[in-house]
Formats: sequence, C-alpha cells, structure tokens
Amino acid sequence: MEIVYVYTKKRQEFGRQCNFSDRQAELHVDITPDPSLADNFIERNPVDTGIQCVQEMSEHEINTERFETSVRGINHTEGGWPKDVNPQEVEHVTRYRKKVEKDEMYISAIQQLGTIMEHTIRQNNAIDIYEEYFEDIEVDTVDETPSAKTINVFRDPNEIKRTSTHISWFPDGPRKLAVAYCNLEFQGSTPDTSMESYIWDVENPNKPETVLKPVSPLVCLEYNPKDSHILLGGCYNGQIAYWDTRKGSQPVEMSPIEHSHRDPAYKALWIQSKTGTECFSASSDGQVLWWDIRKMGEPTEKLYLDPTKKQDPTKALGAMALEYEPTMPTKFMVGCEQGSILSCNRKAKTPAEKIVAQYNGHLGPVYSLQRNPFFPKNFLSVGDWKARIWSEDIRESSIMWSRQYKSYLTDGCWSPVRPSVFLVTKMDGTLDVWDIIFKQNDPTLSLQVCDEPLHSLRVQEQGRLIACGSHSGTTTLLELSDGLTTLQRNEKNLVTAMFERETRREKILDSRHREMKLKERSKSSADGAKEEEPEEARLEEEDLYTKAEKEFYSIIEQEKKILEKKQQQGDDTDKADTGKQSPIAEGDEEEKTNGNPKKK
Amino acid sequence: MAEVEETFKRIQAHKGVIGVIVVNSEGIPIRSTLDNSTTVQYAGLISQLAAKARSTVRDIDPGNDLTFLRIRSKKHEIMVAPDKEYLLICIQSPHD
Repeated sequence: MEIVYVYTKKRQEFGRQCNFSDRQAELHVDITPDPSLADNFIERNPVDTGIQCVQEMSEHEINTERFETSVRGINHTEGGWPKDVNPQEVEHVTRYRKKVEKDEMYISAIQQLGTIMEHTIRQNNAIDIYEEYFEDIEVDTVDETPSAKTINVFRDPNEIKRTSTHISWFPDGPRKLAVAYCNLEFQGSTPDTSMESYIWDVENPNKPETVLKPVSPLVCLEYNPKDSHILLGGCYNGQIAYWDTRKGSQPVEMSPIEHSHRDPAYKALWIQSKTGTECFSASSDGQVLWWDIRKMGEPTEKLYLDPTKKQDPTKALGAMALEYEPTMPTKFMVGCEQGSILSCNRKAKTPAEKIVAQYNGHLGPVYSLQRNPFFPKNFLSVGDWKARIWSEDIRESSIMWSRQYKSYLTDGCWSPVRPSVFLVTKMDGTLDVWDIIFKQNDPTLSLQVCDEPLHSLRVQEQGRLIACGSHSGTTTLLELSDGLTTLQRNEKNLVTAMFERETRREKILDSRHREMKLKERSKSSADGAKEEEPEEARLEEEDLYTKAEKEFYSIIEQEKKILEKKQQQGDDTDKADTGKQSPIAEGDEEEKTNGNPKKK
Repeated sequence: MAEVEETFKRIQAHKGVIGVIVVNSEGIPIRSTLDNSTTVQYAGLISQLAAKARSTVRDIDPGNDLTFLRIRSKKHEIMVAPDKEYLLICIQSPHD
C-alpha cells in the first residue's frame, strides 16, 4: 500500500507569477579614489618577497611502541653432516674426514690458506697490539665538569601510578634494584591501586624481574646485606613482612597487626647479628620495634621515642627516618616528624637511658639520616628546606648546612666512595650533588631528573650508579661522571680538616652562648630576688592568661564608669554640650569630662 | 697429504697459536687441534660469520670479495682465511 499525502492549496492563494523585464544599467555607487588615504601608508620600494618553488613538506614525530625483548638461549647441536654419516659414530666421522682430506682441492686450498695465515700470525707476533703504554703514569685529575647520565628509566607498569617510596640495591653488585611502591597521600589510593612492589633487573626496564605481593602497599624495602635472597618490607598499615625471592611473591611471614605499628612503618633496617635475621623498624606512631624474622609473632623489643625519657607513649615523637651503621651495632639514630634527631643506644640499662641525645635543627620532618661512611661521627640529615651535617658531639646545632632551598628536600645520602660528596633530591624533581671540598655554597651538580617530585634516592655501593624514584613511580638510573666517583688526592685529609674546623667553630659559639647566659643570670640575681620572682611568676603560662584577663576586665570597667558619668552629665546639662560630649570611649574621655565642668 | 701435515705443523709451531681448525662449506670440521665441543662451536659460529662478512663485502661492491677476516677480542685473536670450499680458522693469543 502506498503511503500518499496530498497537499492542496487554492490557486487564488498562490502568489502572482513573476514577469521579468529588461532595463537600462543604473549607476548605484561611485567611489572615487581618495589620495589623502595614501598618507596612512608608507611606500616601500623595493619590496622583498620570498618565493620558493619547492615541495611543501611537514615534519612529524612519532614514537614507536615499546619494543619488548626477552632473553632466550639456543641449544646447539652438531649438524650439517651428510645423510649417510652419523655424527655420533666415530668411525663414520673419521672415514668421512679422511675422504675429504684426500681431495685434490683440499690440499691446494690448505696450502694457499696456510701461507696467508702464517703471514698474519707472524704479523701478530711482531707487534704486540695489546701492549699497555704508559702504565705507570697516574691518571691526572681531569678538570671536566661533573655530570651524570641517565642510563635507564623504570616505569610503574600499572595504570594507576604510585610513588616509589624506597629503593634498595642488590647487595652483590649493581644487577638488581628493589623498589617499594606506595601511594603516600592520605587515603589517596583507590581500591584499584595495585599493592605490588617490584624487583627490577637493571638491563630490562620493560618488565620487572620479580613481583612482591604484600597485603598492604610497601613503604620501604631492604635487601638483607648478608643474604641476597631475603628482603624486608614495612607496610603502609604498619606491619612488617619479609620475602624470600626463591619462595615466590607472597611474603614468607608477616608480623601480626596487634603487635605492629599503628602508622605506616616508614623505615625498616637489618641489624648486624650472628644469625643475620634481626631487624628493626620505626614508624610515625612513635615506636621503634625490634624483630627477629624467624619469629615474627611479636617484636623482641620495643622503644617509645619519648624525649622526656619517661617512655610515655603519648609524648612519643613520630619517626620518619632510621639510621644504622653495622660497624656500631648498638647505636642507632632516628629522625622525627617534628624535626629533631634522636640518637639512641640499644644496650642501655634502663629504657630512659636508651635515648642518649636529641639534636634539634630542622623545621619539618627529617626524611633521611645517614652517617658519613668514612667519618662515622658526622652524619647528614635531610628535611624541610635544608640539608645539615652534624657532629655527634655537638648537640646544639649542626656544624654545616646547605643554603635554604626553594623546594622541599625529600631524601639524601652520602656517596660511598667519596667522603665529601652527598646527594639530595627535591620536590621539584631535581637531584643535587654536593661536593663540600669543592664548593660549600652551591651544589656541584644540579640535575633536573623529571618534572614531578622525587621521593627516594639510593647510591649503589660502588658509587657510580644512582637510582631515584619519583612521584608517579618512575625510577631513573643515573651514572655519575668520573670526577664524582674517584677519590681525589688528599680528599680524606681535607674533609677531616673541614669537619674538625666546623666542629670547633660550633664549640666556640656554643661556649660563648653559655657564657652570655651565665652573665645574664648573674646580673639578674644581683638586682634582687624580688624582681626575679615576679618575673618567674609571669613566665608561667596559666598566670599570664589570668593576668591578661584581669587587665582586660579592669579596663572595661573603667570605660563603663566613664560612660555612665557622661550620661548623667549629659542629662543634667543641655543639648549645647552634647556636641562636645560625644560618647566615644577613648582615652581622651577623661580629659573631656574633666574639661567639661570648667567649660560649664 | 704430507704438505698438508707440514702446513699444519708450521702454523701450530708459531708463538701464541692456541688452535687451528679446517671447516668445509657445509660447516663440518675436517681437521682440528682442539677438542670436539669447542671445534663444533667454532665451526658453526665462525662459518656463519664469515659468510655474513663475505656477503656484506659483495653487497657493497659486487666486484669485491672477502680475503681475510680477523676478530680481535680481549683474550685472543681469531683469524679466518676463507676459500671457495673451505675455511681455515686459527686462534692466537698475544705473546705475554
């Protein structure tokens, strides 16, 4: 059935048809040239125009997709033998060989080749091409500018990127790198965020070599320096776990939640012990716990970082950094969230004596602490906007410090081969290398590693390779130039001299301070005990408050009274005086009211 | 036959020579002064490399041909003398 729609319209409603007619041309507009407009323009003679008769081309950049390679071995087997010869049968083989050797061509070929070969052999013997010239001469320190080259970049393979919070090098050589990944923002991780941490093979940045699967993301990860298969990890939920790479990606054992930290375990380190299984961990909940990995059921020892030496958990300072030197097995240092560094002795008799000293200097959390590998009495602390070098004996302040940076410092460490070199990473993605005998005011080398904040840094034992981890999980591997990795002549002496000099300076300043304080005290005691007492009384907080309150109320009472007086006077006298008697409560009130009776 | 033996002995007698191998065009080691597994390895790998080297030289200039191939490494030098049918390989180490 056809669907038809009929349009109808009456003929008389149509418009009239068009009738076209011809007509003469008409001039509508005539615009005459206006020479005065030419004055707005400057004539240019000659005019240079470029013309080119060339193919138009455009340039585009493409980055090819990541090429994944994997290493495989090939099995070589003997082959190429003709069908009738079985390579396993010695007789067949020898028979075949003898047959070939009888061939005419063979004999002539061998003779010819033999001559050529002998010629080259004699050539080789004539000159020793492997001779080492100038062996005894020492390599002069080349004055090249220190530099660092990026060798490799390891990216977080997951979609949702997490910060690489901690890096640990494989103890037997720079082949592997263990990186802990965790999203450190408070409640920043979504349920989709992966909790895995990876061990990377330095040669293969495409795929991690081993995957570690903890129950909660790892904040720190350390290889056991004695056993390179064992790794210790501190989790975001406060638990401590350890892995054995031979046993797979699940942790071998984890500490129970009840006995673990209540905040992320920011740092966990291995301790020097006979069994090589002891470790300790610190967290911002103020506890330092010692563990033995064979028995993770509960910590072997506990310490509260309470600077008032009362082991009061409520007053404990949260810890962000831990420092332990295997050559000094009973001492360790903790860097706190409040900016102080506590030096502790594990073997002290009473818990109160465990905290030996406190070093205050930083304005923000101390993110990294490390002793100088050549001078253990001096240590480096990194936090807020400065990096500081301290001497153990001077407690009041650091002996050296870097200038105030513009961005926050996140991690730092000494170079294991040169006592005067240390490195720091910052929130703006730069890595600074300082050489204190070369320049004290500025870093020797400042590299922009990436555009986002760098969070972790680790130098490999041999001092050449540095790994730094960034906010989105990109770990960059850099190699330092020779100048920064070879020990300079006299370096140790220079650094020793520098440290001693600075230590002495601090001591002198310190003693001056003390002298001045003593003088002040003796002065004030000479002026009289009475003056001292009210001063001391005022210094107590609560009294200050009440005093301030009292003063405040007394002033208000005074003003009230003045107001009332005025009102009374205003009622008595006439409106003539009201102009002058403005009821504004000012100090001049009293003068006005005093003046008024006179004016009256 | 005797000349072949003489040639071999002469080459071997030179200072620093570790081993000599003769390989045919199919990669089968005909004569060798080294043990079987090493011989097989060298035969297979070197004949491939020599073939590649020859094809490279001829690709660049078809009128050219490979006359000798020397591979110097940290530990020793491998010298390869190619022929139409055979390949003579000699391994020499520096004299110190």
